[in-house]
Amino acid sequence: MFVIGERINGMFTAVKRAVESRDKGPIQDLVRRQLAAGADALDVNVGPTKGKAVDNMLWLIEAVQEVTDAPICVDTPKFDVMTAALEAAENPTIVNSSKASADELEKYVPLAVQTGSQLVALTIDETGVPSDVDGRVAMGANIVTKAMEHGLAMTDLYIDPVILPVNVAPKQPAAVLGAISQLRLFSDPPPNFIIGLSNVSQNCKERSLLNSAYVAMCIGVGLNAAIMDALDKDLMNAAITAEVLLEKQLYCDDYIAAYLSSK
Amino acid sequence: MPIPDVRDKLSGAMNEVTIGATSEEGGSRSRTVTVGGETSFPMLAFEGQYPHPPAFALQITSAGVDDWHPEVKKHVADVAGDLGKWAAKCEEWGADLVCLDLSAALPDRGGRSAQECADDVKRVLGATGLPLMVWGTDDDDVDNNVLPKCTQVAVGENCLFGTAKEDNYRTLAASCLADNHKIIAEAPSDINLSKQLHILLRDVGVDLNDIVMHPTCGALGFGLVYIYTTIERGRIAALSGDVLMQQPVVVNLGKEVGRVKEAVAPDEDFPEWGRREVRAPLWESATALAYIESGAELLILRNPEALEQAKAAVEAMWPKASQSS
Repeated sequence: MFVIGERINGMFTAVKRAVESRDKGPIQDLVRRQLAAGADALDVNVGPTKGKAVDNMLWLIEAVQEVTDAPICVDTPKFDVMTAALEAAENPTIVNSSKASADELEKYVPLAVQTGSQLVALTIDETGVPSDVDGRVAMGANIVTKAMEHGLAMTDLYIDPVILPVNVAPKQPAAVLGAISQLRLFSDPPPNFIIGLSNVSQNCKERSLLNSAYVAMCIGVGLNAAIMDALDKDLMNAAITAEVLLEKQLYCDDYIAAYLSSK
Repeated sequence: MPIPDVRDKLSGAMNEVTIGATSEEGGSRSRTVTVGGETSFPMLAFEGQYPHPPAFALQITSAGVDDWHPEVKKHVADVAGDLGKWAAKCEEWGADLVCLDLSAALPDRGGRSAQECADDVKRVLGATGLPLMVWGTDDDDVDNNVLPKCTQVAVGENCLFGTAKEDNYRTLAASCLADNHKIIAEAPSDINLSKQLHILLRDVGVDLNDIVMHPTCGALGFGLVYIYTTIERGRIAALSGDVLMQQPVVVNLGKEVGRVKEAVAPDEDFPEWGRREVRAPLWESATALAYIESGAELLILRNPEALEQAKAAVEAMWPKASQSS
């Protein structure tokens, strides 16, 4: 399982404060703790911070790179911020993200290929988030085609079928499972599948439990990556356990310690 | 449209383990042996790198060869009484390593003391320049008593000592750490247990790269299939990236072959099987080759004729460096 730690995000007060006061300490602390908890990469999102997004993003990337070589998942909706970030980053990079509309893919896929980055592509377009499996599958198919056209390897593509909170969109969790199941048959090898896991429990009670159950279900249908809270031990344990149950990790009595120690 | 590349992209590779130390390295071996390092499943020359062919050890023992079967005894009978001579002869016979079996330490097989076993180790080290393996007795108390002195007396020679088991690993682990030897981790036909044992060893300070795995061993016709699939399944985990399973595999097959009817039955019992003098070494070399197909990197034989046959076969079939691209 490719775990992208989600905590370096300006929507968290501590991160917002650190970015605005240019204090690297809290950022680097989050880097270390997430990696120690089993994260493979770090999502970096300036969030609602004061000042120019570009400057904040470049500062965050610098802070992260000082303490790790782990891949950086550059999380921004702005194309100019994305290009600046990819250029400045020395660590491997993941573009987070492109939507599935033709004009976005035409911009982001070549950008990823040129910069040697991996790409997260969401099954959303101008019409919004699809309400069902079929809509997601159609967009996913487009994404795969566009990637192949531009020479982006399936192993460098992450399709995100976009999960919505279960309390406001109760049919969506099942629709995402259905979309992953179908889309993994579209190519050999299939692309990677990723979700922003915390979205499933946004504004819900029992967030950790919802996230844990859902990550296990998703892994069962083929999810192999997630942007998630690596610092949630129960959640990480659930993901690791799901992989053992699918023989993606070999069982041994101390399988959790075994997984974490191999990172 | 270009033909797609169907080669597996594997995220793991086997560890390389070196046994023996030359004088520049603090030992007195005339050469060292390195096994492992494969980057794909066995023999797939179009897909992987195979930097080291499998290595062969010949087993010697101070417990006598009365229970060894006649087709092996005939080769070793005149040296079996002298460990030094026997070790030197192994070198002549083309072994890559010598494997000293310490069964003689068992109370009913000679009851040799820790000091006597240590002296045996020293004698063998003095008689041959080949890297050395030392194999214990399967009796935990005997092993814990005898092996520490043996690791001590062999310090600097980077030997391979065995075996550590799930319920008896601490003493051997501590001895190998103190005296700088490689260690064999034994888990009978169970990859989950192997993985757990490697964690236990790592937790007491053993480097994962210093471990060789022993899944136990059955001869062809006598349990080989179980061990074969064990090695295969472990290999899949290893090449899929599990660092706790990337240790090379050793199989102690010479002694197992001595129990197989097809290898030991006299000509008159089964005339349709052909002459025993051909059958016996062939059964042993065929067992070895089957294990090599499964991925085993280090093989312990008894019969020098079988050794010759197996080495010739490996020479003919092991992927050469230029083959994969």
